[in-house]
Amino acid sequence: MTKVTMTINGKSVAGDVGGNTLLSSFLRDDLRLTGTHIGCDTSQCGACVVHVNGRPVKSCTMFAAEAEGAEVSTIEGQANADGSLNVIQQAFQDHHGLQCGFCTPGMVMTAAALLKENPKPTVTEVREHLEGNICRCTGYHNIVKAIMAASGQDVSAIAAE
Amino acid sequence: MPKDDGIGAATVRREDVRFLTGVGQYTDDIKAYGETVAVFARSTVANGVIKSIDTTTAAGMPGVLAIFTGEDFAEVGGNPAGWLINSRDGTPMHEPKRPVLAHGKVRHVGDAYAAVIAETLEQAKNAVEAIEADIEELDAIVNMKDALAGSNYVHDEIGTNQCFDWGWIEDNRDATDAAIKGAHHVTTLELVNNRLVPNAMEPRSSRAEYKAAGDEYVLHTTSQNPHLTRLLISAFVLGIPENKLTVIAPDVGGGFGSKIYHYGEEALVLAAAKKLGRPVTWTADRTEAFLTDAHGRDHVTKIELAMDAEGNFLAFRTETLANVGAYLSNFSTATPTFLHGTLMAGNYTVPNVYVNVKAVFTNTAPVDAYRGAGRPEATYSLERVIDKAAREIGRDPIELRRQNFIKPDQYPFASAAGLEYDSGNYDALMDKMEEVADMAGFAARRKASEAKGLLRGFGVNAYIEACGIAPSNLVGVLGSRVGLYDAATVRVNATGNLSVMVGAHSHGQGHETAFPQVVAEMLGIDASTIDIVHGDTSKIPFGMGTYGSRSLAVCGSAVVRATEKVINKAKKIAAHMLEVSDGDIELKDGQFSVAGTDKSVSFGEVALKAYIPHEFPLEDIEPGLEETAFYDPANFTYPSGAYCCEVELDPETGKVSVERMTAVDDFGNVINPMIVTGQVHGGLGQGIGQALLENTTYDENGQLLSASYMDYTMPRADDLPFYTVDHSQGNPCTHNPLGVKGCGEAGAIGSPPTVVNAVIDAMQSGGKNVTHIDMPVTPHRVWSAMQNA
Ligand code: FES
Ligand code: FES
Repeated sequence: MTKVTMTINGKSVAGDVGGNTLLSSFLRDDLRLTGTHIGCDTSQCGACVVHVNGRPVKSCTMFAAEAEGAEVSTIEGQANADGSLNVIQQAFQDHHGLQCGFCTPGMVMTAAALLKENPKPTVTEVREHLEGNICRCTGYHNIVKAIMAASGQDVSAIAAE
Repeated sequence: MPKDDGIGAATVRREDVRFLTGVGQYTDDIKAYGETVAVFARSTVANGVIKSIDTTTAAGMPGVLAIFTGEDFAEVGGNPAGWLINSRDGTPMHEPKRPVLAHGKVRHVGDAYAAVIAETLEQAKNAVEAIEADIEELDAIVNMKDALAGSNYVHDEIGTNQCFDWGWIEDNRDATDAAIKGAHHVTTLELVNNRLVPNAMEPRSSRAEYKAAGDEYVLHTTSQNPHLTRLLISAFVLGIPENKLTVIAPDVGGGFGSKIYHYGEEALVLAAAKKLGRPVTWTADRTEAFLTDAHGRDHVTKIELAMDAEGNFLAFRTETLANVGAYLSNFSTATPTFLHGTLMAGNYTVPNVYVNVKAVFTNTAPVDAYRGAGRPEATYSLERVIDKAAREIGRDPIELRRQNFIKPDQYPFASAAGLEYDSGNYDALMDKMEEVADMAGFAARRKASEAKGLLRGFGVNAYIEACGIAPSNLVGVLGSRVGLYDAATVRVNATGNLSVMVGAHSHGQGHETAFPQVVAEMLGIDASTIDIVHGDTSKIPFGMGTYGSRSLAVCGSAVVRATEKVINKAKKIAAHMLEVSDGDIELKDGQFSVAGTDKSVSFGEVALKAYIPHEFPLEDIEPGLEETAFYDPANFTYPSGAYCCEVELDPETGKVSVERMTAVDDFGNVINPMIVTGQVHGGLGQGIGQALLENTTYDENGQLLSASYMDYTMPRADDLPFYTVDHSQGNPCTHNPLGVKGCGEAGAIGSPPTVVNAVIDAMQSGGKNVTHIDMPVTPHRVWSAMQNA
C-alpha cells in the first residue's frame, strides 16, 4: 500500500492504494465518487474520463499512484458553484444529449476538454473528438448538437428537438 | 391555452440533472458496510463435459468467503422460457433446463460453472484462477445447418438440436405454395440477419442483501422489469417467497432487451448473501457482457415474393433458421415466432403469407430479444426482397410499394399474417418522407458524389411493427406463460403533490418526465408536483416492465385509468365540499368547479380534505385519494414508417458512409416529442450499426472472436450522420386512451434494410449488377461483391 494525496474537485484527499489500484477504482470504491463509470475493460468506451491536471484521461488506464499530487476533476465537480448545471451540462439537458446517462459523465468531461482546446469546433471536429467515447443510446445526434450549442454556435440548422 | 408541461410539450428531462452531475445511482454504485464481491469461473470451451471441479486450493486463499459450483444448485429449478411454442406437428418445443451454474456440461464459452465470493475483487479473481476444473472439450456445434444435420447435441437428453419447427399460419401453407406456383413472377432472396451484441453501456450487475431478522432478501439488479425477475426467481428458480424478496432496479444504463431476462448471476448472489449474511455484488466486465448477455437477431432466411403481371403482391413465403444459442433465454422462443412471423405481411395487402421457423440450439450465448426483436428481422426480409423484385421487374421501388400498400380506408385491416392493424396511412408517410428527405435533390447530390469519384445510392423502406405488447388473452392462446398488462398507482398526497407508482421501468426512456406530463394534463396541475416511482417491487404495483415499445401504450394507459379513478373520487369529495351533486362538478386547470357558477375548490384543497376527512361523508366515500389500475390492451399497437437514406460508396475501397438518413414515423399521438425524437435517433444509430459495422463472430470451435470493443465495431460519433426525423403523420391508436403506439424500436427496425437497399443502389449505379450483400456491409464485402459482379 502506498499513500497518495491529490486534489479532487478542489478538495485535498488522501488514501492508501495498492500498486495496481486504478484511478477509476480509487475514485469509485475508496472515495465513493461513483459518477465516473466503467463501461469496458479495453480502454475503449470513455465512460471513465476525468481530467488530470487539466487534461482528459481515461481513469481506467491510470494507476491512482500516478496521480500523486495531481489536480483531478470529475463529473461531480462540474456544476457551477451555486449547484446549477454548467454550460456544457445545461446544453446536454436542453438538447436531450443523454438517455440512460451511463456514458454521460465521460461525454461531458470529454466535451469540456475539447472546448477548452478548441472553443469553436466544427461538427466534424466534434465527431472526431468523440472517437474514444461510446454511447449506445443516442445515436450521437444530440450529443454532437449539445456540444456545438455549448460552444455558443447556432445549432438551429441541425434537425429539431 | 395548452399546458407547457402537459401532453405534447417537449419539456427537458428532469432525470438529466442527476446523470449530468454524477449522482445517478446504478446498481454497482450501491455499497454498504460488509460488502463482498462475486466473480464467476466461466468456461473457455464452447462444449465440454465437467469431469471434476476442485475448489480446495481456491477456498484456502486470502479473503475467500465461499465458493459455489453447479452441484450447489442441482436441486433448484431452472430459468424457464416464457413462451411455449408448438411445432407444426403439434409437439411442444424442447425446453432443456437452464441451471444457475452449469452442471455436468458447459455449453458455451462464458457459461459459468463456479463462483467465488471474497472480500475484494482481486481476491475473488485470484481464487477463480485457482479453481481446478477438469473439463473435457467436445466438438462445438456452431453453424445452424450443421447443428440440424449432425448427431452431436447441445443437450444430449433431447437428441436433436432443433428446439421447434414452427409454421405460421399453418393453414395458409397450401394456399401460399399454390400462389407462388401460379405466379407471374417470383423473386427469391437468401439472407443473413447478423447476430448482434446489445452492448448497453452499463454492464449487467446484481447485488443481494439478506436480512435475517425477517428472512428477507433485497436484490438490486440491472433490470428492465423487476417484477418479472422476482416472479422468475420466486416461482421457478430459488423458490424464495415473493413477499420475502424485493427486487430493485435503480438507474439502469441502457438495456435494449438484454436486461429483460433473468440471469443466473442474480440467483447466485441471492444464495450467497444468505449464506454469508453479507451483501454480495457481481458486476460484469465488458468481456463477460459479450460472452453472456443475451445476443440478438442471428437468422438465416430464404424469402420468396410472388407477384402477378401487374406487380401486385400475391404471397410471401419465408423459411428461417433462428439461433437460440445454448439455452432458452426467457423470450427467446417468442422473438423469432410471434414477434416475427406475424409481421410478415408488412404494410401490404398481400393475401398469402406463410412462415416457417426452425429454432436451433448451438454452443453459443443465448439469443433473445434485442431492440425490435423479431420485427427488424421481418422488415429486413420483406423490404429487401421487395427492392430486389422491383429491380427484376423494372419498377420504381417506391411506386411498387405504394401500389401494394394497405389504403387508409381499409382499417381495421386483417393482415394475411394474422394481425388486425387498427390505423395507419402509409402513402402519407411516404409523401412526407419524399418531402423532408428532399428526394428531388438526389440527382444533383449523386452528381456531386460522382464528381468526387464516389458512387451514391438511395434506399427506401416501409415498415410496420406490433408494439404495446400485449393482450394477455391473445398471447396466452399463442403460448405466453405470462400476462402482458401493466399497472399504475396514482397517490395524491395530503399536501396535493403526487407520487405515481408505475410498473414500467425506464432505462433511458425518460419516464420520470413523460408520465407526469400525462397526469398533469389530466388534472390540470403542474407536472413538477408529480413524481414517478418505479423499479422497486416493494413500492410499485405488479407491472411487466419496459420492452417492446410498451411503456406508454400499456403502462401509460394504466396511468390514465388510475388518474381517471382519482378524478372521479376527487369530484365526489369536491361535490361534498361545495354541497352539490358530483355530476355538477367540472375539473379544469386544477380547479373543481360547479358548472355555471363561480363556486370552486382547488385540487390541493380536495387532496387535503381526503386525508383530513372532517365533515366527510364516510358512508359514501372512503378517506384518502389513491387509486390503482391494471391495464390490459385490447390489441397490439401498430407504429409504421417510411425511411430512406443516401449512402456514398468509395469503389476503390468499398467503404460506405451514410450521408443522409430520414425517418418518418406514425407513432400515433406523441407525449414528449423531444424524447420521441431521441428514441428514434438511438434506434437509427443501432440500425446503421447493424447494417454497416456490427458483427458477432464465433469460430468453428465456438470461440467468440468479437468479444471486446477492439473487435466488435460499435458505432462511434464519426460513423454516423445527423438524422432527419419526422412524426407529424400520426394516426392515433384506436384502442388505448392516449392514442399512442410506441417509438422505442422503430429506428432499429426501419434503418437496416434502408441502408442495404441504398448500398445496392450505389453499386448498381456504378454498373455493377449486385443484387444482394449481407450485413454488416463492410468495405471488404462491398469491394468483393463489386469485383465479382
Ligand atoms: S472504462 Fe475506461 S475506457 Fe471504458
Ligand atoms: S446515454 Fe446511454 S450510453 Fe449514452
